Amino acid sequence: MPDTQIPVTVLTGYLGAGKTTLLNRILTENHGKKYAVIVNEFGEIGIDNDLIVESDEEVFEMNNGCICCTVRGDLIRVVEGLMKRPGGFDGILVETTGLADPAPVAQTFFMDDEVKAKAKLDAVVTVADAKHLLGSLADSPEAQEQIGFADVILLNKTDLVSQAELKTVEARIRSINPHAIVHKTERCAIPLDRVLDRGAFDLDRILSLDPEFLDGHDHDHDHHDHDHDHDHDHEGHDHDHHHHHHHDLEGQGVNSVSLRIGTLDPQKFFPWIQQVTQEQGPDILRMKGIVSLKDDDERYVVQGVHMIIEGNHQRKWREDERRESRLVFIGRKLDGAALMAGFEACLAA
Amino acid sequence: MPSIQEFPFGAFVVETAFLGDTAVFALGDGTVRRVDGPVAESTPLHSGAILSAVTTADGKLLTGGDDGLVALTDAAGGVERVAERPRKWIDHVASGPSGAIAFAVGKQAFVRFADGRERAFDHPRAVGGLAFSPKGLRLAVARYDGVTLWWAGTEAAPASLAWKGAHLGVTFSPDGRNVVTTMQENALHGWRLEDSKDMRMTGYPGKSRSLSWSAKGRLLASSGANAAILWPFHFKDGPMGRQPLQLGAREVTVSWVACHPRQELVAIGYQDGMVMAVRFADAEEALLRRPGGSPVSALAWDKTGMRLAFGCEDGAAGVVTVAG
Repeated sequence: MPDTQIPVTVLTGYLGAGKTTLLNRILTENHGKKYAVIVNEFGEIGIDNDLIVESDEEVFEMNNGCICCTVRGDLIRVVEGLMKRPGGFDGILVETTGLADPAPVAQTFFMDDEVKAKAKLDAVVTVADAKHLLGSLADSPEAQEQIGFADVILLNKTDLVSQAELKTVEARIRSINPHAIVHKTERCAIPLDRVLDRGAFDLDRILSLDPEFLDGHDHDHDHHDHDHDHDHDHEGHDHDHHHHHHHDLEGQGVNSVSLRIGTLDPQKFFPWIQQVTQEQGPDILRMKGIVSLKDDDERYVVQGVHMIIEGNHQRKWREDERRESRLVFIGRKLDGAALMAGFEACLAA
Repeated sequence: MPSIQEFPFGAFVVETAFLGDTAVFALGDGTVRRVDGPVAESTPLHSGAILSAVTTADGKLLTGGDDGLVALTDAAGGVERVAERPRKWIDHVASGPSGAIAFAVGKQAFVRFADGRERAFDHPRAVGGLAFSPKGLRLAVARYDGVTLWWAGTEAAPASLAWKGAHLGVTFSPDGRNVVTTMQENALHGWRLEDSKDMRMTGYPGKSRSLSWSAKGRLLASSGANAAILWPFHFKDGPMGRQPLQLGAREVTVSWVACHPRQELVAIGYQDGMVMAVRFADAEEALLRRPGGSPVSALAWDKTGMRLAFGCEDGAAGVVTVAG
């Protein structure tokens, strides 16, 4: 793929969480970059920017009506329209409504050939209201999906809750999505490079599958270092080869399954992952993995959204890295034990 | 040997057409360029990008932009601002008989009659494309799950043509008997109006975006494959159960097509900027522009079929004189 593809950031979050505050911040900050913004309604966007486009969320079902085959027709139309302007953009921001399912937005950038040729999904950023998130999660599947889908979560309005409440909210976020990068913010104050140009769907940039919980305030020292390796892969404390975590605090809600085993037989792994994503695609929101394949010196990385999966060799395993295979699924009704059994059956003899 | 006059316009060519002898180009930078003789003149028109453009029966270029403006430009560069919808995108425009025009803004289509009267047509979801029938004030609106056919001049109830999926572009056959859409899926869909019989046209590896009826409306040429795909419409059941004609097959996808106004031949533009003319009868090919550029995004013949205007996504554009 040419690197002329414009990065697209999807901004989700429940009503009132602070999406508009973040958008206004991105648009007013003096970064010298040009962003096009696609919003559901002009509403409170305080900036007169002729690159703000109002668009009705319009889900196109393809073929059979399966969630995995839905795309956003309005985004296709708007992205194609934007591409007609000369000069281009540094990025496109897509704001979704509080009740929107992020899946069709993400899938648009994988399933529509014309859009895919011109734009690429950079990250799903979810703004969550520290005070009201627990309530939203309790009664809204959309709120759970927005957390489950996220690459970056801004846990916002932290000034409105106590430390103890904040801890509870953090734990709940982690129970749904242990792998997103979480930043605690007030009024969405955050350096923009924490939100933009994340490359979360870029196979080359899948570095680690370990949880990250950042404050958003105390990381300014690496402000100018976009590609800093977050290699937190030194799992010294954990020598259990066969290991899986299963986070599910709320029964049928969105949860995650993390699997870790040794080197795999590619003849077994690829058919298995194909089958899992085909059969359970509707329930799988996101999937990511770094795997070690038999007779292969390179890390193999995979990532997926529902049924769409992409994979590629990434780089040589380093001497100081433990060669192991890790997969993370975030979704609904995930059967951790069954996934682990299937994954273990892929182990190289 | 064809001669070629080429200009680097520097902005996406959304549409090209001939207004009399003048070749015009509607660009993504909001301007209309006019070529009559050796130089190209520029008319600044839209403050954003032109999103859609079409020629009118009386020889003007109708444009709609992301600045909310609908405008008519004549061959001399005269501009008439027809309608404005501030802060909205004019996604599609269409021109009809008796000076009527149509444009779409999101879910609404508007018809503006020659006397300035305007009428709105609401749809539950966004308009994918617009076309007037060759006769009468009948407007086809492509939309999700089919096409709505409105009688623009009367209050008669609209007719609905149903087919599941998102329909994007729409065209009437020149005899007015068939309606064909391009779809989000890699397919065309057609309906025979007398009995609403469905015609599925599938097998494209990519989205088909460009449709063009051959002289006399015998075949419908389409883009979206590594050859121009021409569906026969001169049989009783249209293209059903028949193999389409495939012309100009290459390793590169066809991005635009334009049938010759008089002869049975089609101009084919490819993703790599190449343009060929291919005759239906014997598939004889004539190279009109060499490959090596961005995708061809617009093609138009003049009335006599002696000259072909072309435009590309990167703004390369020009006029090929085929004979004369």
